[in-house]
Amino acid sequence: MVIGMPNLDPLKCDLLVIGRGMAGMAAALFAANRGLSTVQVGMTGEIVFASGLLDLMGVYPIEEKKVWQDPWAAIDSVVGDLPDHPYAHLTKDEINASFVEVLSFLQKEGLTYCREEKYNSRMINPWGKTKVTYCVPKSMWSGVKALPKKPPCLIAGFRGLSDFSARQIVETLRHQWPKLRAAQIPFPDTSHVKEIFTGDILAQSLELSINRKKLIESLRKRVKDAEVIGLPAVLGMHHTDEIISELEEQIGVPVFEIPTPPVSVPGLRLNEAFIRGLSAKGVKQFPQNQVVKIRRVKGEEFVAIIGHKPVQHTLLTKGIILASGRFWGRGLYADRHRIRETIFDLPVYQPENRDKWHSDDLLESGGHAINLAGVEIDHLFRPLDSSGHPLFHTLFAAGSILAHHDWMRMKCGSGVSIASAYGAVKASLRLA
Amino acid sequence: MTDLETQVLIIGGGATGTGLARDLALRGVQCILVEKEDINAGASGGNHGLLHSGARYVSNDPVSAEECRSEANLLRQLAPQCIENTGGLFVGVEGDDENYIADFPLLCSKCGIPIQEISREEAFDREPGISEKLIAAYLTEDGAIDPFKLSLENLAQAQSLGCIFLQHVKVIGFEIRKNRVETVHVLDTESGQQRLIKIDQVVNASGVWAAEVAALANIPIKMLYSKGSLLVTAHRLSHQVINRLRPPSDGDILVPGGTVSILGTTSVRVHSLDNVRPTVEEVDLIVDELAEVVPGLQEARYVRAYSGVRPLIQAQKSGDDRAVSRGFTVFDHTHDGLENFTTITGGKLTTYRLMAEKAADLVCKKIGISSPCLTLTEPLASVKKGKWTEPGLSPRVWLKEHASRKPILCECEMIPEDIIDDIVETIRNENGTSSFKAVAARSRMGKGLCQGTVCGMRVTSHLYEQGILHSDQGLVNIKEFLGERWKGERTVLWGEQLIQAGFKEALYCGLLDLEL
Ligand SMILES: Cc1cc2nc3c(=O)[nH]c(=O)nc-3n(C[C@H](O)[C@H](O)[C@H](O)COP(=O)(O)OP(=O)(O)OC[C@H]3O[C@@H](n4cnc5c(N)ncnc54)[C@H](O)[C@@H]3O)c2cc1C
Repeated sequence: MVIGMPNLDPLKCDLLVIGRGMAGMAAALFAANRGLSTVQVGMTGEIVFASGLLDLMGVYPIEEKKVWQDPWAAIDSVVGDLPDHPYAHLTKDEINASFVEVLSFLQKEGLTYCREEKYNSRMINPWGKTKVTYCVPKSMWSGVKALPKKPPCLIAGFRGLSDFSARQIVETLRHQWPKLRAAQIPFPDTSHVKEIFTGDILAQSLELSINRKKLIESLRKRVKDAEVIGLPAVLGMHHTDEIISELEEQIGVPVFEIPTPPVSVPGLRLNEAFIRGLSAKGVKQFPQNQVVKIRRVKGEEFVAIIGHKPVQHTLLTKGIILASGRFWGRGLYADRHRIRETIFDLPVYQPENRDKWHSDDLLESGGHAINLAGVEIDHLFRPLDSSGHPLFHTLFAAGSILAHHDWMRMKCGSGVSIASAYGAVKASLRLA
Repeated sequence: MTDLETQVLIIGGGATGTGLARDLALRGVQCILVEKEDINAGASGGNHGLLHSGARYVSNDPVSAEECRSEANLLRQLAPQCIENTGGLFVGVEGDDENYIADFPLLCSKCGIPIQEISREEAFDREPGISEKLIAAYLTEDGAIDPFKLSLENLAQAQSLGCIFLQHVKVIGFEIRKNRVETVHVLDTESGQQRLIKIDQVVNASGVWAAEVAALANIPIKMLYSKGSLLVTAHRLSHQVINRLRPPSDGDILVPGGTVSILGTTSVRVHSLDNVRPTVEEVDLIVDELAEVVPGLQEARYVRAYSGVRPLIQAQKSGDDRAVSRGFTVFDHTHDGLENFTTITGGKLTTYRLMAEKAADLVCKKIGISSPCLTLTEPLASVKKGKWTEPGLSPRVWLKEHASRKPILCECEMIPEDIIDDIVETIRNENGTSSFKAVAARSRMGKGLCQGTVCGMRVTSHLYEQGILHSDQGLVNIKEFLGERWKGERTVLWGEQLIQAGFKEALYCGLLDLEL
């Protein structure tokens, strides 16, 4: 019995994963695949804001804006300069293996990703800039293929989807891709009285064949000489690949999705695929619940209290992977003077005062110092105390909470999350 | 290069310059107003928005105190649409100078400023957020003023009477013959084109730049610069203006403005007018000082900080006699050998009308016009132009016109598509370019919790769909707009607002690669 904790028979597990972003999802997957009994808690993570693209390593050094075609060479370069970058704790084989495992899991869940194993792919983003990324949802792959050839192409947007303008993409890319053409079409589902839509509403509507029919009709009228059509990424929530095949058959040209700003449907698809697949694998999930209290008991085990009264759970676990994210995920919190880790109050590597957190310019080429702040770890992904020793034998950290990487500028967000989750789960098996 | 000609050229489109344009136009004088950036680019866009009752200045500057009192009374009658009559509360807390508190009522009555002492209970009743350490409280007639609306409406009336307004036009030189300026050289900062303007009279109403402008005509004005910084909260935290009852100092005043509150200010000597920004140190000082009066300010959420610069006029060699008061200064540069050159600078937003009146009187005397000043009696006409700057106005209009609503482009401030279209149209009619900066100056766009994250994206897309933006102009615009917002955000990023800023960077850099 632990004083001050609810007097209930505790749940027991091998591993508690705190966090439901990309790192938390990947960690739960790797753990379940290795036979660990796994519990996952946390609020909906950054994953719903994810574009659905999986970056590995794109830009380094960021102040030189050097964009890499070969992400593996980019990893060598960054690890050579920054020995504390999360990738420094992994081999390239491990990083690749972590991607293989996630991608095959997602494929089984009906979400197919495409990649050139050795290289980054280039695609257009919702602002008509071209962007490198590593893994691309299959629904976007025809766009990746079309970009270097630049055939006549129609980009169509929907009236009322105000975060996406086909005309903006075409105008911005015009000098590079003269045969791009823009159209704005009414959204086929007229049952909505609202004049403004979000992507998820559109995606749900397109699950209905009657709405797809109307969409096909209006695209047929506009396709003309276009050899390929790009649409915002709202082509269905659950049956995207089938929906795209149907459009392609009926219109007669390849169709691809273009990522949109949040709410991003591909991000939602990713989230749903994880939730579905993880519960099928027996991961016990407590969505929208937080760890409210945690302490170490006998030996190396932890007791965690999850959720708020009256529905509170007590959990006894052998190990923990902390994948609670950064500020948005609330793994980190800053007051006026200092950045804290919110669950264990772990030491946080950070600039000495607030004046040093951010540069004078939002788009400062060197990035903001605060983005390198986070939890420092040893080679087994264990958070360190102020003297550089692991704080607990079986507490691990993964994902964006880790110090010494700037995922937004280096374009390594998903990669660091997936690979560090892999490293943390492997370490937990070694130390069990 | 087209040449222009005018009776009076006014330099500077702040409260003083636009007020002067209206005053002269009402007297039938033909004028051109040139502004190097956009309306209220200077102190008129970077101030506290306090309509001073005068009570703040009773101890150290009674002349200003009286000017504020009488001008504030006039503005309340003549420009009510720009003013929120919040009333003010002067509060002393434990540790404040008790002699000052004791002298306060007498000092106020000497300046004719009405105040009323109230009990602790009544003070807490009126403002529940006030500190338990309160030892004295007085009601005053302070209020809040919307400086953007004020300048836009002054300008609108001047324009309707024939005044020409040129924005992004900077004065870069004067051609002087004998004792007169004959032509003024201006530069269109957007096109890079230079023009000449033939003039009869020049009024230098360029605020803190007055010395720089005068120097172009070889007139020395001794001026020091004092930066003041202010902080904007996410929510309104008081009903009234709350003023610390002590001699004017840093972090004394909390001014409500529509749906937000503004905290200020500081006084920091600066040597240059370029790149003036608030610092983390100033922000912390303001929060800590004002939290002694309103403790909740320690936990409040702040959305941005900004700075303005006050001109401090030093005594001129020929003595103080030309100074109308210590608050503002009208220089008749006849004394410096230029007959048709006048400078008006210093003062307060609250006294802008009086400043314009004094400058206009002098100019009219020089050109021999005897028409009286009409701004003393003529109400400031309310025009559509200024209306979208008022915090909380768009949500109200939006809710009222619910039936015909258009998609919302800015969710924080509830600005629908048609309001943005309206503003773009107005700017176009002024021959301006519809940069986001210009739209933002005329509306609440980007001023809410997300500081331009969502509306920046949506307005960009919308303006492309409307055919207003072409090629990669959207990227150029958004960078400028976000850069402008960032200046204000950088020093207040902790707690919830830091989370918000992380989302902004994730979107614009993580997804949109705007930094590359
Ligand atoms: C921090 C701070 C807080 C304040 N708070 C208050 C308050 O709460 N209440 C109050 O009543 N007063 C307040 N004031 C004072 C008030 O803001 C100013 O007195 C008033 O705005 C001055 O207006 P202006 O038109 O004279 O100058 P400005 O508003 O500075 O206008 C000058 C204009 O001239 C333009 N210009 C400069 N050089 C050139 C050139 N070469 N060619 C063309 N144009 C040029 C500038 O771009 C600028 O727009 C505050 C001031 C500061 C700095």
